[in-house]
Amino acid sequence: MLADQDRIFTNLYGLHSPGLDAAKQRGAWDGTKFLLEMGRDWIIDEMKQSGLRGRGGAGFPTGLKWSFMPKKSDGRPHYLVVNADESEPGTCKDREIMRHDPHLLIEGCMLASFAMAAHACYIYIRGEYVAEKHALQRAVDEAYAARLVGKDNVHGYPFDIYVHHGAGAYICGEETALLESLEGKKGMPRLKPPFPANMGLYGCPTTVNNVESIAVAGTILRRGGAWFAGLGGKNNTGTKLFCVSGHVNKPCNVEEELGITFRELIDKHCGGMRGGWDNLLCSIPGGSSVPLVPAEQIIDAKMDFDTLKNLGSGLGTAAVIVLDRSTDIVSAIARIAYFYKHESCGQCTPCREGTGWMWRVMLRMAEGRAQRREIDMLLDVTKQIEGHTICALGDAAAWPIQGLIRHFRPEIEKRIDRYSANPHSDPVPMAAE
Amino acid sequence: MANRRLAPASEQPAAFAFSSENADWAKGQIDKYPEGRQASAVIPLLWKAQEQNGGWLPQKAIEAVADELGMPHIRVLEVATFYTMFALEPVGKFWIQLCGTVPCDSCGARELKDYLHHRLGAPGHVSADGNFSWLEVECLGACCNAPMAQINQDYYEDLTPDLLGKLMDDLAAGRPVKIGSQVGRTSSEPLGGADTLTDATLFDGSRVGAWRKRFEKDEENEAGKEEAASSEQRAASDPKPARPDAGRAAERPVTDAPAQRAAAGETPVKPSDKDDAADRTESTAQPNTPAPAAPETIAKAEAAGAEAGTQSALPRNEPPPQPTNSGASADAAAPASAPHPSDPKKGN
Repeated sequence: MLADQDRIFTNLYGLHSPGLDAAKQRGAWDGTKFLLEMGRDWIIDEMKQSGLRGRGGAGFPTGLKWSFMPKKSDGRPHYLVVNADESEPGTCKDREIMRHDPHLLIEGCMLASFAMAAHACYIYIRGEYVAEKHALQRAVDEAYAARLVGKDNVHGYPFDIYVHHGAGAYICGEETALLESLEGKKGMPRLKPPFPANMGLYGCPTTVNNVESIAVAGTILRRGGAWFAGLGGKNNTGTKLFCVSGHVNKPCNVEEELGITFRELIDKHCGGMRGGWDNLLCSIPGGSSVPLVPAEQIIDAKMDFDTLKNLGSGLGTAAVIVLDRSTDIVSAIARIAYFYKHESCGQCTPCREGTGWMWRVMLRMAEGRAQRREIDMLLDVTKQIEGHTICALGDAAAWPIQGLIRHFRPEIEKRIDRYSANPHSDPVPMAAE
Repeated sequence: MANRRLAPASEQPAAFAFSSENADWAKGQIDKYPEGRQASAVIPLLWKAQEQNGGWLPQKAIEAVADELGMPHIRVLEVATFYTMFALEPVGKFWIQLCGTVPCDSCGARELKDYLHHRLGAPGHVSADGNFSWLEVECLGACCNAPMAQINQDYYEDLTPDLLGKLMDDLAAGRPVKIGSQVGRTSSEPLGGADTLTDATLFDGSRVGAWRKRFEKDEENEAGKEEAASSEQRAASDPKPARPDAGRAAERPVTDAPAQRAAAGETPVKPSDKDDAADRTESTAQPNTPAPAAPETIAKAEAAGAEAGTQSALPRNEPPPQPTNSGASADAAAPASAPHPSDPKKGN
């Protein structure tokens, strides 16, 4: 188990004050000026050395991302945008950072902005997080009052930070959709290239980072990239907030080392599996976008980017949804399919039409009111959506269904057989091809 | 995609204008964005308009916001229909948004849904007394506290049909309710309290500055050189007494000092040291010899040396601390195999 001294989010559960004085006691804003004086290249090098991979789902190395920003400004301002539009089902970690440890985030924004020569930072928080938005705004006001940030601050680097909020669109968690939304438009993803590092917010160089990636920056720089790299495993370094939900005895958020096994994570922090380990059916280890992993594969797997990728899934946001044998897995995945149908922005045809189609077929399969050959047809449709859309929402909609068919095909077939073995007045339909 | 339309004309109010207070607030929002980018404020303004209009967004409000921001009406209408938090039809006094996505779904959201169906009827309709309306929404991001619902702006977590029913009764009757978890959790810690984050040193400030050890080696080298180079000039222009630790940014906490021990309620002097001091046979000090120079004396001597244009041979010539005292390994909990950090000055 990770030692308390190595935890970055020491007020994760809100048992202490989120205010500036208490945050300073816990080590936020400690020597920020000193870190800034070490210089831009040092900060980026140290982040690269830490091996920190983005905590928003894709796992792209953060230090590398920062280094993509133009070194010299061509007259356009640079922006840092923090993606606090946390809406991946299963994920509830950024919420805790924003309401309980907001100063780590604000300090991280300052350091990251300095490293990228940005003088303004927007934090885009999801609209539903009203209390969190107020908590974060309070912390920003405190930081302004203490002259930690602002045009004329004690660190000698002019820096403004603004809290912006959305209005309930999952797609705005995609970085270019987020930028569109921040510009006051519908949140529809942009084509890349140009990448945000060249043409982002208002057409200026922009980096979009997840809350957790930014909030750990201060601690990493203080204790050293080597310290962070020493935790976890190779290429999967450091600590990570895991959000464990579903059928465990005590669902919770917890900060752990990457590479902890699934079994240890559940046993140590979540009071064990509901009904014992034999009751585990499967887990969705990285938020609803990643394929599920059946019990026998996940139970002793290391929870890190590479191990889960090799299991045909992904770490995503480390939102571990645990499902036991009481779960109707087909209807659970149908519910996920509904989610993507609801959240598709409607820009690309494969996703706009496909998500609805997949949901309707999944609903019938949950009842068994389908034909066996539709399983292959469904799989084929998921492959045609995957990779054929501007953003990754199409992929995210396709993967859970692919995971279901990969691991639970017999379950779907059983339902279909059971349904067709009984007399029904209406004919079993076949999906339009 | 969600199919969303404006409320029928019969329900639309004839006009909408921001209250003066909200108009001022809106100005403040617009100021957050660069010149000419005031369209960025469209979501906050629509949100405020919705709040002012009792929780839903009429067509006139959409147009008012568009005029305020100098945007075509259709652009704002697009935004209002795209984002699902804008309620385009009237809602109840308590607007219940029940999370129905997988983590909540697997933890009992279906029972809550059945309960709301039973109590309030179909979603999207305001109850007869005007108090409630409800809708199943997608993940609200409180999955460790599933199942949950958002009522107006607040989250109510760890619900059961009974708890939700009681909550609704309390709200309708105007009784105070507890926001957040309904089963006594503070936030998303495990039920009954967490085993982690129990180390008191995380919260008493004793770890503040501890990380600077890793920079000390370089700091001392650098500071030593700079100090040596500048001391002659300083001595010429500004004859201040140099302090032994001048030029070092670190305020190093003394880890074991008598004063600290006294403050912690321990004996300031270790008993073994006391015995040691009392034992004359063990003493290395000769009677009648002066005590070793106190730090102030050293400082004075150094200052004198500096003024005389010579370098003090005192602390700055001490050998630098060994690598074992710096970097990652200084943190007791870091694994011993952690590679030593490369020179932090690299790239400067």
